Amino acid sequence: MHTAPNSPLQQDDMHAWVDERLTPEQLHAVEAQLGQHPAQHNEALQWRSQADALRVLHLDVLQEPVPAHLLESAQRISTYRHGVRQWTRWGGMAASVALAFACGWWGRPALFPGDELAQTSRTLNRGFVQQASTAHAVYAPEIRHPVEVTSAEQAHLVQWLSKRLGRPLRVPDLSAQGYVLMGGRLLPGDTGARAQFMFQNTGGARITLYVGGVTDASPKGSQDTVFQFSNQGSNRSFYWVDHGFGYALTGALERQELMALSEAVYSQLDAP
Amino acid sequence: MPPRQLHEQIPGLRRYARALTGNTWAADDLVQDTLERACSKWRLWLAGSDLRAWLFTIMHNIHASEVRKLVRQQQLAPTGPWEDEAQQVAEATSDNDIRLDLQRCLMQLPEDQRSVLLLVVLEDMSYADVARITSAPLGTVMSRLSRARSRLQTLMNAPAKAGPSSASAGADIVPLHRSR
Repeated sequence: MHTAPNSPLQQDDMHAWVDERLTPEQLHAVEAQLGQHPAQHNEALQWRSQADALRVLHLDVLQEPVPAHLLESAQRISTYRHGVRQWTRWGGMAASVALAFACGWWGRPALFPGDELAQTSRTLNRGFVQQASTAHAVYAPEIRHPVEVTSAEQAHLVQWLSKRLGRPLRVPDLSAQGYVLMGGRLLPGDTGARAQFMFQNTGGARITLYVGGVTDASPKGSQDTVFQFSNQGSNRSFYWVDHGFGYALTGALERQELMALSEAVYSQLDAP
Repeated sequence: MPPRQLHEQIPGLRRYARALTGNTWAADDLVQDTLERACSKWRLWLAGSDLRAWLFTIMHNIHASEVRKLVRQQQLAPTGPWEDEAQQVAEATSDNDIRLDLQRCLMQLPEDQRSVLLLVVLEDMSYADVARITSAPLGTVMSRLSRARSRLQTLMNAPAKAGPSSASAGADIVPLHRSR
């Protein structure tokens, strides 16, 4: 911004003055210039009163009730999203799910009428995520016994936990995110057996994936998985319920990093 | 995208469309087209980015291509029936009400100048956002803004116009019935 007081005002500065987008410092300099150039000053004042008139143009439209056909068009967008399957035909994660991760649809009240799933899941899963978080807090600091069965026996680990949980389990591969599997253990949960898998990165940071059956209170025919986020002190968890199973990924990580990891876990565990 | 947030955008979109097209029905048609395109293209919305700016970008693109289509039609068939209707609307509002004058003067601006001016003043978008929404370099945006403001000022200061010639000289024809 050129603010030599005797030179005429640059057009950009004039617009910024008209639109009141100057800092107090800039304002002072610009007004000094305007003071020196009456013709420009006059034009700027005209432009400002023009802007004032424009700002109240069709203000009444803002207060009008929205016509029904427009509300329907807007509703179609959410209906479309709600009905979209989680997996595209070619096996990629549906954009709706990726979007859910990316824009933070967690822990919020029901997004639209009839979306009781979000409410029920939230109440239901708070217990689940608390258990996940406690399990993380208890075992992650362990030096000698962080896991019960190590990754050296990964096949056995998975077979064992799958049998106890009553469902074939998959261990996600998080090497792309810098985490390797250390191993896992079996834990009790309020609704039955739980599995905890522990991963570690080269810096020694540990995350745990806590899995187990939960009472599935989702409405019949519901396709959506609701993703939720929770803070427990320095530990953060990302959790979701999918087809009767709860999943919680916990670690002392920044939310962004945890989100990226959770997305990787979800995409691997739930792929058809 | 959360539908509640989307619903909240509609009044602002309607008002901007109203000022941009100068016509109530054309404005709501434009908003509807915008929402329908947003539905089909919502996967392209970069999560976390500005929903409002994205919707305005869609609206800008739809309107700009409609105007181009109408200009081509006008060149091919300058005496189409819609031109008469547009003139009737323009004449019907010929009173001294400053707001109607302002809207009529706005319609005298070329579409690219009018949209920049409205985005800056009506919507209080930053110059950088306007550049993104209109897919134009920042310098172009600022020069359009200068021309819009000067030209609008000249139009507002001019003595009251009479007769049909003012509706067609350099103005956009208001699309009253949009072909689909």
